[in-house]
Amino acid sequence: MDSEEETLYDDIDSGNESSGDDVDFAMDVESSNPIERTADTDEYPFEVLSTEEIVQHMVDCIKDVNTVVEIPATTTRILLNHFKWDKEKLMERFYDGDQEKLFTEAHVINPFTKTSALIKNRPQIKTNATEECGVCFMALPASMMTGLECGHRFCTSCWGEYLTTKIMEEGVGQTIACAAHACDILVDDANVMRLIKDSKVKLKYQHLITNSFVECNRLLRWCPSPDCNNAIKVQYVESKPVTCKCNHTFCFNCGENWHDPVKCRLLRKWIKKCDDDSETSNWIAANTKECPKCNVTIEKDGGCNHMICKNSCKTEFCWVCLGPWEPHGSSWYNCNRYDEADAKVARDAQEKSRAALQRYLFYCNRYMNHMQSLKFENKLYSSVKEKMEEMQQHNMSWIEVQFLKKAVDILCLCRQTLMYTYVFAYYLQKNNQSVIFEDNQRDLESATECLSEYLERDITSENLADIKQKVQDKYRYCDSRRKVLLEHVHEGYEKDWWDYLE
Amino acid sequence: MAALPRRIIKETQRLMQEPVPGISAVPDETNARYFHVIVTGPEDSPFEGGLFKLELFLPEDYPMSAPKVRFITKIYHPNIDRLGRICLDILKDKWSPALQIRTVLLSIQALLSAPNPDDPLANDVAELWKINESEAIRNAKEWTRRYAMDN
Ligand SMILES: [Zn+2]
Ligand SMILES: [Zn+2]
Ligand SMILES: [Zn+2]
Ligand SMILES: [Zn+2]
Ligand SMILES: [Zn+2]
Ligand SMILES: [Zn+2]
Repeated sequence: MDSEEETLYDDIDSGNESSGDDVDFAMDVESSNPIERTADTDEYPFEVLSTEEIVQHMVDCIKDVNTVVEIPATTTRILLNHFKWDKEKLMERFYDGDQEKLFTEAHVINPFTKTSALIKNRPQIKTNATEECGVCFMALPASMMTGLECGHRFCTSCWGEYLTTKIMEEGVGQTIACAAHACDILVDDANVMRLIKDSKVKLKYQHLITNSFVECNRLLRWCPSPDCNNAIKVQYVESKPVTCKCNHTFCFNCGENWHDPVKCRLLRKWIKKCDDDSETSNWIAANTKECPKCNVTIEKDGGCNHMICKNSCKTEFCWVCLGPWEPHGSSWYNCNRYDEADAKVARDAQEKSRAALQRYLFYCNRYMNHMQSLKFENKLYSSVKEKMEEMQQHNMSWIEVQFLKKAVDILCLCRQTLMYTYVFAYYLQKNNQSVIFEDNQRDLESATECLSEYLERDITSENLADIKQKVQDKYRYCDSRRKVLLEHVHEGYEKDWWDYLE
Repeated sequence: MAALPRRIIKETQRLMQEPVPGISAVPDETNARYFHVIVTGPEDSPFEGGLFKLELFLPEDYPMSAPKVRFITKIYHPNIDRLGRICLDILKDKWSPALQIRTVLLSIQALLSAPNPDDPLANDVAELWKINESEAIRNAKEWTRRYAMDN
């Protein structure tokens, strides 16, 4: 069985003979994306792995361990998976700890102490002797019975059906236990591949295995882009941008779009808040108020300002001034008591609870706004492409019109940065440095909007030459403001300037 | 309906030939995958003296998936809910195709002897079982008398 580890991967392996590929990839990525990436990524090395390369990488990891530890490769895979593919951790436990305990924890039979009688004796069983399979209850020749090292034997067709159910119905790959009741010994992949005949099931199994290999390996992450099957491999985990071959750039640490200047933790918190609050919070702000007495949220359901709390308190109040209804008399649709003291007190109390929501909506609207604009990125690229062609018909060379594409690239980068500055700002406590940050933010924002206007509206075939200078100046300015803003925030991280409201 | 697998035929035969003490399981006349089950309440348990009716159904992919079992007789037990559904690991993630109707019913009988309020299905019952066991046992005896002894 020891030499069988390749069976799982043979068919997907074959296309991947050229061993130099891996090195080239990183370079490809860099050279096809010269835009600004270098500034962010130069000190963070990563590789893009295709599905085939992921499998190859997994096989290499297993081989690596096996050159040191001499156990069957299939057992090594289960052990590595148990340690989330952390080779060092496995080695440490293997040499320093209680080996017997290690194998038990990982649900494999200790390959050094197993009484391999069961396996070795199999060929000696007389061919006319039969065994009853405990699943299908058929009496079968011993040659049709098989099992793992725990010694629980079932017929090959029941094994096949059992594994198929686990893989196809339950989606289990790495951790399929022996079919016997209460036996937790795991089925290794050599046995899975041997016992399953259907190629569709085999393929699904391979997917499950590679998926869990990537998912539990700290140094790997799937590209989150919807139709992409690549994974990114790094040498150490850090919150840094990585760019897949599909061109998607994301944070290796959290998998979100690259979100400088905000940190992963606050971004996650923000996204969760948005998911919880969105939809409803806008509507609540516009259409409801809280009862001035019991604070229950009340929805305005008609034109009348005379509100009666639906809660048991039954307070009658005015929608406009939040003061008690009584002095309003019969002015059902008009309020002229807005400045009366009792109404003011009620409004102050409400404003306090509402201020938090207003504040959130302020940052949320700006965040969403940039996100929305980024979604039109593709449209903008294609309209700019048209303009570039147009310009070439007006006696400009290909190289002379490239500034337009560059301008869109920078516009998108600025929008993305701005979008995340609002998340950062939402949690930021006011101090001298936060004031500088907000100035930087305002500056970048107005420059970005201006650049956006140039690109969307101001270019016509008549003013090409004039506008070129204007656009170039503006994007250079945007780019430098963006760098200033980011560097300032980074400096703040280093010097501990930022305090958060949490 | 598809032919009955050999496994089910054999298992039914063996169940008839060597019945489990305290348990009867009879296949329905019209559907060989559906069993009428009666479990007698174990001695020294609050269910002693009761006869509990259950239904057991072998799904299409049995034995790859577990049988479906449900109490029909009302029972006061922390791991059995109002609808008679049973919280038992071997009926869920710990199911193995090497288990049988026999082993499942034995496990259910054992569950009557040893209720486990820490893994509850009926929360109110489990709660009482933990904070006031003697009252819970009194309730269980009362339900047994009321629902499991009438004939
Ligand atoms: Zn079998
Ligand atoms: Zn086993
Ligand atoms: Zn990708
Ligand atoms: Zn991140
Ligand atoms: Zn009220
Ligand atoms: Zn009013």
